[in-house]
Amino acid sequence: MIIKLPKLIFFLFFLTLVNFSNTFAEDSKVNEISKNLRCLICQGQSVYDSNSEFALSIKNLISSKLAAGDSEEDIYNFLKSKYGDWIIYEPGFNKFTLVLWILPLFLFIFGGLLIVRKVFINRSLK
Amino acid sequence: MKIRLSFIFIFILITFILLVFFKSLFEDKSYVPKKINNKIENISIKEFHSDNNLQLKNLFDNEKYIIINIWASWCLPCRQEHQYITILSDTNNLKIIGLNYKDKKNNAQKFLNELGNPYDIILKDLDGTKSIFLGAYGVPETFIIDSELNILKKYIGPINSENVIEIKKLFK
Repeated sequence: MIIKLPKLIFFLFFLTLVNFSNTFAEDSKVNEISKNLRCLICQGQSVYDSNSEFALSIKNLISSKLAAGDSEEDIYNFLKSKYGDWIIYEPGFNKFTLVLWILPLFLFIFGGLLIVRKVFINRSLK
Repeated sequence: MKIRLSFIFIFILITFILLVFFKSLFEDKSYVPKKINNKIENISIKEFHSDNNLQLKNLFDNEKYIIINIWASWCLPCRQEHQYITILSDTNNLKIIGLNYKDKKNNAQKFLNELGNPYDIILKDLDGTKSIFLGAYGVPETFIIDSELNILKKYIGPINSENVIEIKKLFK
């Protein structure tokens, strides 16, 4: 009995740990998804940050959808169909957001070219 | 040549930015999502008294349209809105479904005892997930839905006397 007790304690500890990590894993997935969602009725907060009824409902929905086996993508698509693209922080690539995506790239390349020109011209002058 | 190129670039950039700002001056600031799917899935929601699951399509008997009103006893604007829902309930051919949002049954019942029950059927959304299928932001909200479960009209926030007249016209 004396020998068995530590084993039992170890077993219970192990069980708690597994249980804890499972709950934690599911929670972290909910957190991960809700960090990418904009709380539509709060100013400048994500669903993850907010404790408004709206945000709490969305978090509940994410947990139940994950438990039902839906993927992250399915959840985003579902919420987009209900609330529009605005609910997702990262804007999708479509004709409305084309300038948004292309302009920084364009500025980066153009700026780079300017720098390269300047450096080479300066060098050739030397 | 070097100066001229960067000058042209800066000029174009500034013109572009000014153009964007100028255009936004006249834009409506409120956010209205464009690509929204107005069709609701035929989900089942628990009935308030019996706890039986009811599918949305089963809410329709012969009606072409029904009204769904999201309410809660803890929501102050709902209290204010209740008189208008009551007026609507007196209109013929108008079926009003109440969706009790994140509420305690006792409190909801007290609310109805005090202010009257204008609803033909009451459903309950305990964790707020059912309202998301309607695309709701909170309470109160009112939806006009056709028998194919398309949202035809949506009132965010409490409805007022003007909305009542508008809805009555629609259902004439």
